[in-house]
Amino acid sequence: MATILYFGKLSSLFGELSEQAPLPSEISDTATLRKWLDETRGFDGALMHNSVRVAVNSEIVSDPFPISNADEIAFLPPVGGG
Amino acid sequence: MIRVTDQPFTISDAVTEFERHAAGAGAIVTFSGLVRPQSAEGEVVTLHLQAYAPMTENGIRHAVDAAAIRWSLGAVQVIHRIGDMTPGDPIVFVATAAPHRRAAFEAADFLMDYLKTDAVFWKKEVTASGSHWIEPRAEDYRDRSRWKQQEES
Repeated sequence: MATILYFGKLSSLFGELSEQAPLPSEISDTATLRKWLDETRGFDGALMHNSVRVAVNSEIVSDPFPISNADEIAFLPPVGGG
Repeated sequence: MIRVTDQPFTISDAVTEFERHAAGAGAIVTFSGLVRPQSAEGEVVTLHLQAYAPMTENGIRHAVDAAAIRWSLGAVQVIHRIGDMTPGDPIVFVATAAPHRRAAFEAADFLMDYLKTDAVFWKKEVTASGSHWIEPRAEDYRDRSRWKQQEES
């Protein structure tokens, strides 16, 4: 099971801060994960926006970055402000 | 010292604690940020902050290290709230101690610019008309870019 975290407005869209999900065998990197989650979790394109960065085990990475079921993957909209 | 906490804190307690920690400094500067009662969307009911541990703490630590390289500092304290807050609640506290005032003022200003633009926090404002996530304003980026221009000149 991978741990997937959604921050900022993504947490509002998803309705939760995180989920535990078994990754389908064809999902092996952050780019395919992003597309799969966007389509199956009702993000309707919000996860595909290029301002949304992705971190694997607390390190910011560039798509496509390899992932497995042991990883924590976080989607991070722009930070700061206010 | 860095603390990201969902527990309320009192500014006067934070100042007292820092003064003890910074004993021997010639200058102490403290900055306190409070939740504003008004926003562009109207009267603020609550402000909600999210952080991502340990990325948020690590980022603040790097900024504190960068300040310590740039200025001669005796001590630094950053306290940042997460969770739900209401107008008037302390949200951020930055304290710097140095032999002389200029370093303490500038380092506190530098750290606040980091906390407002690059620090890993997400803020949701709830007003009577609904809720929305806040994104950095152009002036926040401008404030931060002052330090880069100084490095280059």
